[in-house]
Amino acid sequence: MIGKVLNSIIGRDSFVLAFGFVALLILAAYTIAKLIKQQKMGSAFAIILALVAAFVAGKITGGTKGMADFPVFAGFLILGGSALRDYTIVSTAYGVKMENLKKAGLAGTIALFVGVFFSFIVGTLIARILGFTDPKEITTIGAGAVTFIVGPVTGDALGVSSEVIALSVAAGVVKSVLTMIITPLIAKKIKLDNPTTAMVYGGMIGTTSGVAGGLAATDIKLVPYGAMTATFYTGLGTLLCPSIGYLIVNLIF
Amino acid sequence: MQIYGLGIVAACYFAGNFIGRILGQLIGIGGNVGGVGLAMLALVIVGAKMQKKGGFSEKTEKGILFLSSIYIPVVVAMAAKQNVVAAIDGGAVAFLAGGVATIGAMALVPLLSKIGSKSESLEKVKGE
Repeated sequence: MIGKVLNSIIGRDSFVLAFGFVALLILAAYTIAKLIKQQKMGSAFAIILALVAAFVAGKITGGTKGMADFPVFAGFLILGGSALRDYTIVSTAYGVKMENLKKAGLAGTIALFVGVFFSFIVGTLIARILGFTDPKEITTIGAGAVTFIVGPVTGDALGVSSEVIALSVAAGVVKSVLTMIITPLIAKKIKLDNPTTAMVYGGMIGTTSGVAGGLAATDIKLVPYGAMTATFYTGLGTLLCPSIGYLIVNLIF
Repeated sequence: MQIYGLGIVAACYFAGNFIGRILGQLIGIGGNVGGVGLAMLALVIVGAKMQKKGGFSEKTEKGILFLSSIYIPVVVAMAAKQNVVAAIDGGAVAFLAGGVATIGAMALVPLLSKIGSKSESLEKVKGE
């Protein structure tokens, strides 16, 4: 009987359960942070813990949604889904000053173009060095290094095999996960402590989930600035990679 | 009331995503181009307009701040549902392409941050 009752709660109310689980996870992360006297790293630890949990879960279930592949944790799909992520990101813009945005507008816009092209070029070069010769496949992997959405969109447009598309998604996921982990660690070195740098950072890295996680772990005050530019990055990437990007790759390789 | 705060953010969210999707259609790539950024811009403008009239009521403001306060938990939940196995099993191509692009881009951030803030950095030089 108890099993049946538990099952019905899990099935229906996993969204509510997700709040409880996230609270526990954050409690654990902040406890660790306190123990090693790194209180400021609490959010960073919470994100890293969540990523480790997602990895372990993925290994156990063989699924693609991390912890959410366990029915008990299915609520993570809603709580951590793009709708709530974007809704809460928008709210962080409250209190942002227009003048700060204007001051960083030019640098942020340039960073967007440099960021998309830089990631694309790095991705294509590595694909070429590691033995890919088909320009369409090279372009797709390069696009994956932009974001894990640009990769498959480009691959679909160029008609490459699903294995190459999967690789491009993996490249984008590596970028996103790595960004969440290393941003708080290198924040000081790249002077990521002011609105302008945050906007440039959002434009250079661009992967929305990575930037969202990385800045949250660094300093929540920076989130609106980085998110503001990052949100244009995937759109710009899907515009440039299958068109100009493919033309350039086709000319060179 | 607090719900007004949630409603204002929701209105900005829809306005921004609406324009973002129209933009996506217009340039022919579909999807949502900068919708969230435009929504944030809308909230900044609404906030500034209200500030001139004395600002939102304390309770309305609390609604907006409530959303900001669950931002980190939402991001933690987002991290917990990532396909981390795919990232690690993607092999050398995925790891190097994604990794070098990320680290390289981060290294370029200080360089690009100098654009448009010349006077500021000049003052710093003088100060030092």
